[in-house]
Amino acid sequence: MGRASDEGLKRAHFKEVRLPVLLLVPQLGILLLFFFIPSLRALTQAFLLSDPFGNTVQFAGLQNFTELLASESYRNSIQVTVVFTLAQNALTLASALVLAFASDRIIRGKGLYKAIILLPYAIAPVIAGILWAFLFNPAVGPLAQLLHRAGIAWDPNRSGTDAMVLVVLAASWKHICYNYIFLLAGLLAIPSSLLEAAAVDGAKPLRRFFTIGLPLLGPTLFFLAVMNFVYGFFEVFAIIDAVTKGGPAGATNVLVYKVFTDGFVNLDLGSSAAQSVILMAFALLMTLLQFRYVERNVNYDV
Amino acid sequence: MVERTPILDGICHAILLAGVAMVCVPLYLAFVAGSLTIEQVQQVPLPWTPGGEFLANLDTAWTKGHFRQLFVNSFVVSCGITAGKIAVSLLSAFAITYFRFPFRMTAFWLIFVSLMLPIEVRISPTYEAVANAALPLQWLADALHLAGAWQWLTGHEVEIQLEWNMVNTYQGLILPLMASASATFLFRQFFLTVPEELCEAARLDGASPMHFFWTVLLPLSRSNMVALAIILFLYGWNQYLWPLLFTTDKDMATAVVGLKQLIPRADSQPAWNVAMAAALLTMLPPVVVVAVLQRSFVKGLVDSSK
Repeated sequence: MGRASDEGLKRAHFKEVRLPVLLLVPQLGILLLFFFIPSLRALTQAFLLSDPFGNTVQFAGLQNFTELLASESYRNSIQVTVVFTLAQNALTLASALVLAFASDRIIRGKGLYKAIILLPYAIAPVIAGILWAFLFNPAVGPLAQLLHRAGIAWDPNRSGTDAMVLVVLAASWKHICYNYIFLLAGLLAIPSSLLEAAAVDGAKPLRRFFTIGLPLLGPTLFFLAVMNFVYGFFEVFAIIDAVTKGGPAGATNVLVYKVFTDGFVNLDLGSSAAQSVILMAFALLMTLLQFRYVERNVNYDV
Repeated sequence: MVERTPILDGICHAILLAGVAMVCVPLYLAFVAGSLTIEQVQQVPLPWTPGGEFLANLDTAWTKGHFRQLFVNSFVVSCGITAGKIAVSLLSAFAITYFRFPFRMTAFWLIFVSLMLPIEVRISPTYEAVANAALPLQWLADALHLAGAWQWLTGHEVEIQLEWNMVNTYQGLILPLMASASATFLFRQFFLTVPEELCEAARLDGASPMHFFWTVLLPLSRSNMVALAIILFLYGWNQYLWPLLFTTDKDMATAVVGLKQLIPRADSQPAWNVAMAAALLTMLPPVVVVAVLQRSFVKGLVDSSK
């Protein structure tokens, strides 16, 4: 139907020119002020050196980037982010997969289970963080007390490992429901003729899951892994701020938290902008990966 | 499926019960802590049954945290984001699917690109934009030497200083969070599935584009709008970083941000009972929305991520 430039246009359409331009003004205006200009500013600032009061500005080339990559704290932050997102991804996907498999099998009580498991989606990350900070608070937290009684010297204020475990738990608790709902939708979309054929051939439920369900869920799992990385990189700011503030000794100082502290607390704008640009590059990569999911998902859409 | 598998079914129920416990136990413990006195909450071990102080703690939190004002702010901000984003997105999706005009694809790609960068990666420049939204106009004026031109024309010396500070205002909280185009794409996808005949019939009847939009397209989009509204309301209510940055005035903060002041610090009295009561209160509106509108919520979640 027509040339490539007509992509996404209805065959039956209106010919006016002024009206659609007016209709686009609010959207494009907001995007210009709060998306395009700030993004460009981050790009230019990353190549400038300025003092905290903005009095002197000079072109610095790649200096912000080279200093950043040479700094011990930034490399620590990269490492912490990678450990955090990988652990969070593994825990979230594995739990969600088991829950989705179980939900798909049973008949009675399905709606109620689903309704309860979905609840954490409605809870703000910072509240999830506060909740878990209390549960595992070494002085008063009931779960910390269980650990202490089991002889484990749990203290996320002192031990970096404990702090990391705590933020991974809080972040996963909040995000399992998101993975769960997509995996459940994926399982429901598997054509029943495939499963019935396998059942007639004598394949038991678990075997059917591993030989039919799991491979067909491939694109969904890929999409969720990408989304979990995005979540782990960008949306955990609130959890970190409420639970550990990046500590102890930088053990949970993930990249997005460091951008914030360097820019707004230490007022090192050039470095903060350079960090923003690196995060932008990562976000772009993740978005491109997401589009691959959309492409592949179409093929499985039966 | 066809066969009976009582053992596997039992295991599945056990797994799901574990999932339910995983969600409910933390919430229950928070409730228990929120219903104790400050002496009781510091006991080791913590009691496993609730005490009778829940309402008293709620009351303390409500006054200590200025929550009356903060809840109003949260409602204004989340409803503003929801209504604003849906309105703006409906209009632009209508424009790019139902009209042929020059630079249509340019507009499409400009909106498309904005899907790629989450707002968290442009923290400081976006702050700058909110602190003075007129800054781009100022650059334009500077670049064109408007002041110089004015002086040359009239002989008066002027200095052009444009300022529009949105810190501590509702629009400063709402507008930056509206700057993402995901909703536009949801509506675009939906419009593309609307039968062509509807538009043809409307045109044959001589209906104007806006008439078609109001009487045909909008009613058809209602279920998508509801689904999206739920997701956007949660998004707005649960925002943390932006309200934290943009509100220096305590009375302009949102409920989720205000909660932070109630978390016990190392050197203060550990009033976890008040903090937990306040946390439960603040999570209540979005939890109720999801619990009541379960079906639309799932639809919105799955649709808006495509």
